[in-house]
Amino acid sequence: MTQIAFPVPDPSIIARRSEIIAGLARLVPPECLITEADERRAFETDALTSYRRLPLAVVLPRTTEQVAAVLRYCHEQGVYVVARGAGTSLAGGAIPQEDAVVIGISKMKEVLALDLPSRTITVQAGITNQAISEGLIEHDFFYAPDPSSQLACTIGGNIGMNSGGAHCLKYGVTANNVLGVTMVTITGEILEIGSDAMDSAGLDLLGLVVGSEGQLGIVTEAILRILPKAEGARPVLFGFETSQQAGAAVAAMIGAGIIPVAIEFMDKQAIEITEAFAHAGYPLDVGALLIVEVEGSDAEMAATLEAIVAIARQHGVKVIRESQSAQEAALIWKGRKSAFGATGRIADYICMDGTIPTGRLPEVLKGIDDIVERYGLRVANVFHAGDGNLHPLVLFNINDPEQQIKAEEAGNDILRLCVEVGGCLTGEHGVGIEKRDLMPFQFTPVELEQQMRIRAVFDPKWLLNPAKVFPLDNRWMPQ
Amino acid sequence: MIHAPQTTDQAVDIVRDNVAHRRTLGIRGGGTRQSLGRDVSADDELSVAGLTGITLYEPAELVMSARVGTPLAAIEQQLLSRGQMMAFEPPDYRAVLGSDGVPTIGGVFATNASGPRRVVSGAARDHLLGVTLVNGRGEFIRAGGRVMKNVTGLDVTKLACGAYGTLGLMTEVTFKVLPRPAFERTLLLQAESLTDALALMTGALASPFEVSGAAFRNQEVLLRLEGFPNSVDYRVGALGKLLGRQARTMDGEESTAAWQAVSSLAALQAPSNAEIWRVSVAPSKAAALLEQLPANCRLLLDWSGGLVWVATSTPLEDVLRPAAKKAGGHAMLFRASADRRHTISPFQPLAAGNKRLTQGLKASLDPSGIFNPGKMYEDI
Repeated sequence: MTQIAFPVPDPSIIARRSEIIAGLARLVPPECLITEADERRAFETDALTSYRRLPLAVVLPRTTEQVAAVLRYCHEQGVYVVARGAGTSLAGGAIPQEDAVVIGISKMKEVLALDLPSRTITVQAGITNQAISEGLIEHDFFYAPDPSSQLACTIGGNIGMNSGGAHCLKYGVTANNVLGVTMVTITGEILEIGSDAMDSAGLDLLGLVVGSEGQLGIVTEAILRILPKAEGARPVLFGFETSQQAGAAVAAMIGAGIIPVAIEFMDKQAIEITEAFAHAGYPLDVGALLIVEVEGSDAEMAATLEAIVAIARQHGVKVIRESQSAQEAALIWKGRKSAFGATGRIADYICMDGTIPTGRLPEVLKGIDDIVERYGLRVANVFHAGDGNLHPLVLFNINDPEQQIKAEEAGNDILRLCVEVGGCLTGEHGVGIEKRDLMPFQFTPVELEQQMRIRAVFDPKWLLNPAKVFPLDNRWMPQ
Repeated sequence: MIHAPQTTDQAVDIVRDNVAHRRTLGIRGGGTRQSLGRDVSADDELSVAGLTGITLYEPAELVMSARVGTPLAAIEQQLLSRGQMMAFEPPDYRAVLGSDGVPTIGGVFATNASGPRRVVSGAARDHLLGVTLVNGRGEFIRAGGRVMKNVTGLDVTKLACGAYGTLGLMTEVTFKVLPRPAFERTLLLQAESLTDALALMTGALASPFEVSGAAFRNQEVLLRLEGFPNSVDYRVGALGKLLGRQARTMDGEESTAAWQAVSSLAALQAPSNAEIWRVSVAPSKAAALLEQLPANCRLLLDWSGGLVWVATSTPLEDVLRPAAKKAGGHAMLFRASADRRHTISPFQPLAAGNKRLTQGLKASLDPSGIFNPGKMYEDI
């Protein structure tokens, strides 16, 4: 039993299925077209697995020109299109619909150019986030945004959702690390938006495209800002009695002029779940835990850590664990990075993604506890403390339909709370279908209509990823 | 008629009135960047100079909001009192543009004006978290917000940034601030040639030593390092070793002044009748572009060579426009007479598809073409 509605499939498209497949077969080689139900099933959902829809067909092009040909064809035929990277969206951004062709970019994963003096790399959009940084190891460079799904997720998906990660505090999110894209419009036109220069003439089309959730076009190539690796990086783990103390310590660090590379927070529930799975040596007698990572030379890291430790002590820190080796550092991160996976072993969960002003943290954490208790559920909190991007994991049992509805409702209440205190519905996962119907909590009808008017400049017929982002009612279309 | 609203409500009413009567509206902040782009001749003018005041400042959350007419100096003063700054280092172009008046925060974001630290910290657009604006239907639109991470809906904030007031009247901006570094030191190295200068700058930025400024002027390369004094000491030493070059250094205020001079184009101010071009290209492509310039140009390179400033007494569009296009960048005629800025487009012409989208976006926010008509391009 699920609550989020999909548009009713267009029977005129479904009826033309064989004709449409024949049309697609003329545009791409046979191995790039998936039509059998068994094989299409691999594309019916993403990381929001409680929702699934079998697509009409799946195309996995190898070139920008093939993407353009397929889009041109779909536009002519009035067929819906859903773009897909690796299908790791937690917001349902890549879930297809029965009357849509999925265009997946997974076969497009080449590095096209590396320009170290300019600190840029040009890649095809289907390359995974992690593969970019791995390829840069020999040059002592890396690509900064590091979503938890970085092993699997594609840069095209990252651009679609404007993904973040643990290290955004210092290096920014995807939008701050993309300089240019090649994008194909719904009419099949290939556009260069931005470039390898540090800015562009005219309006900031690139800023609009990043985070547009596959609604403006399909990105096939990207020029990314890459960075030289720091000499060293070292995480330190702090255990506090209460979440309030941990939150106050974070504010004090930033107030003292220290911006670590990452400040990650886990609450008691998250610590217990994670430790049972990852055996990272996390303390179990604390109410909250911070992982703070600093960078630089050994002497620099020592100096910064000394300042951070002093601040933590002023806020009643109970446990301090500094990493003395690469192994210890990896162990500290292992727990945090496996937090979602560990949670998935003990329960089903939905991962929320609201952002709040960090000063409101204590009351919001209390509010989340109250909401979840009201629905008779449990929650584990794991989040990026430096920037207020919360990830409450609302736990439930997927085999209990009633509990799933409660979990979704609790999640919605949590996001409303985030908006009420001055935050937003989503910090780095995107709206997708998951938060689509909550958009009126954050935006007025006039604001939503303005966004839809902008959307219509790119896709006036709403063919691109149409079930997402904007509520299904009151959609604006050009007259 | 010149309007000078003192409150946001008054400003909104004026816009609505102009929308209702289809009267065009030129937007003016402090007037210090008014000559960027094409001159606007509108039915009425709206000055935002009265829309002042910092409306939110949370140092521990690294965020500030201000009404668009707030003087930049007032904002910087407030940030300084808490040891913070706008990391993108908004430049002051008054001397080079021959303007006076008070730079406003709205003008900074409307022109996406970013100084030397852009090369590591991002541009103004990367620090803008939210805006409120009145569009060309007279509707009040909030975009973005006050939190650091926000991917809810389309990013209208970035669209408004750098739009030179052509999409609507911004009334308030919310932006990210950062701690001010405790200390700064600049290395000055003699460059043997432009190629050598580019190699020094790009080499420094490819190092792990967190160089926060890389510029070239008067045969000298400037490299800035910032942070806690011990850390700066260490990194300056390590960088010096890496580059293997004799360098002199400047500390503290002397260093700050040198970067203000870079940021405000002090080296290119005189003679005031020379035209100035601003060319943005990937640093690796700057050398090929620079080779095509006549010998009598005067140069200033910033952003590690990614931002090329050229002062010239002869028209250079026939050289720079194709060269910038070939390099994948763009050339802006930054300082020139109003006539010249009307005769040739001050901004690099857009490719056909990008132009069509730009026209569509303008129409989606400002369907009757009320705001700053023709400011960026003839029809934008």
